Amino acid sequence: MKDVFLVGVGQVPVREHWKLSLRELGARAAIAAMTDAGVDRVDAVVVGNMLGSRLGHQDNLGSVIADAAGLLPCEAWRVEAACASGGLAVRAAAMAISSGGHDTVMAVGLEKMTDAGSAEVTAALAAACDHEYEAAQGFTFPGIAGLVMRRYLHEVGCGPEAFAPFVLAAHEHGRRNTCALYRKGMTLAEWQESPKIASPLRLLDCAPVCDGAAAVILCSERVVRSSQKALRVAASTVACDTIDLASRKDLLTLGGAVDSATRAYRIAGVKSKQISLFEAHDAFSPLAVLSLEACGFARRGEGIRLGASGAIRRDGSIPLGTFGGLKARGHPVGASGTYQVVEAALQLRGEAGENQIVGAKYALTQSIGGYGATVVTHILEV
Amino acid sequence: MSSPAEVRRLSGYRLRLEGQQCSTCGEVQLPPRPLCRRCRSTTLEVRRFVPRGKVISFAEVSQAPSGFSGPYVIALVALEEGAIVGAQLSDVTVEEVEIGMPVEVTIRRLRQCSTEEAEGLVEYGAKFRLSSSSDGGART
Repeated sequence: MKDVFLVGVGQVPVREHWKLSLRELGARAAIAAMTDAGVDRVDAVVVGNMLGSRLGHQDNLGSVIADAAGLLPCEAWRVEAACASGGLAVRAAAMAISSGGHDTVMAVGLEKMTDAGSAEVTAALAAACDHEYEAAQGFTFPGIAGLVMRRYLHEVGCGPEAFAPFVLAAHEHGRRNTCALYRKGMTLAEWQESPKIASPLRLLDCAPVCDGAAAVILCSERVVRSSQKALRVAASTVACDTIDLASRKDLLTLGGAVDSATRAYRIAGVKSKQISLFEAHDAFSPLAVLSLEACGFARRGEGIRLGASGAIRRDGSIPLGTFGGLKARGHPVGASGTYQVVEAALQLRGEAGENQIVGAKYALTQSIGGYGATVVTHILEV
Repeated sequence: MSSPAEVRRLSGYRLRLEGQQCSTCGEVQLPPRPLCRRCRSTTLEVRRFVPRGKVISFAEVSQAPSGFSGPYVIALVALEEGAIVGAQLSDVTVEEVEIGMPVEVTIRRLRQCSTEEAEGLVEYGAKFRLSSSSDGGART
């Protein structure tokens, strides 16, 4: 396997982009990443997207984005793994290089969600659940997160307010990210007063519906230039678990996340305690906690303590979601996994501004599709 | 949304709680799968599960997807014979439910497609209600 380097990042601020289409969002991120890398051609483009077919009525996004970014006739195609699509695009790009197939590949994660109404978006997102056996019974993602949260409260013996520090820390980090959807911060009272949308889960435990696109450029050692701020992709892994919740051995263990992270640590040759920051898939606050446990930062049932202790804050032992995470930066679903890699790269390049983790050496990103059904993990190294 | 053919394919699971028993190793599984998840055998017999169990966890869905009307309560139920089922709880409010409560199957309307999709197809399937023979049961 050949080494893979990350040499360019680009992102569009996460917003409700009423005036921008799917193709304009994708092209802006792609062009920004190429400018950052100092390249005007790539060998291939991998587009990560979940909802373009259902909400944008557009398939064949490889061609759409390659054309919009002025890259024809280059190879381009879309990958999909629900909310992990953006992480999977980076994984596919990394494989294209490590296999020797290409020297320079761009991954673009993009999503446009705000053109559709709430019930339509909820139903489209629920397609990432098991269609035949769970979505058809009325399971939704907030519903599943509520089920898991209630079981966690029951087994661990804490109250729902124990999840609030994860929400507040994310919004605190989002304040200093100009690309974040929410930059006002959040108070405990605001969280407490938000309605329960999947009791015990509150509205403000959930990442918001929004639009966005992010891109990264990966290349082989053969073409990396000394003028580029290259980072090494130390690990890129994917693992899957059952798509239905009912077939899981343990409701409180994200088995795919454990497998994906364990393999990533082994490939990168690092331990969890060497990780400088963790861009986790905090689409719901219980997922932030289970991700921390799955990636070895706490044992089962103990991840919740990392909230109250402050460990997940910017100055803590394992800074989480340092640009606001999915919760405050926003969760344009198929783009989020690519935003995570962009943010991790900015940290390792020392370009994270007021959110900078000083001396960051290894950054962990983890993108989750379905409730842990597909899990993509990356470790970047400066 | 589902098609009439899909509703027919799923009727054994939805209306009779039909899963499988492996003829090779005896493992039981629900929902049905192409392979035995323990020994990977493809020799699987249809097995009807006893429609009773206990609530493992639950949540109230306030924002219903299209085809459903909220709020309603979803749950994971551990059946007496071991398998776990994801389904709605019927005839209760979320305040009345507790983890460990004994429940039993009742066949109810799951959802109705709009008339533009599948001609307004109405789908029925298993939900769970609080057990009628309940003595309170042991809480887990």
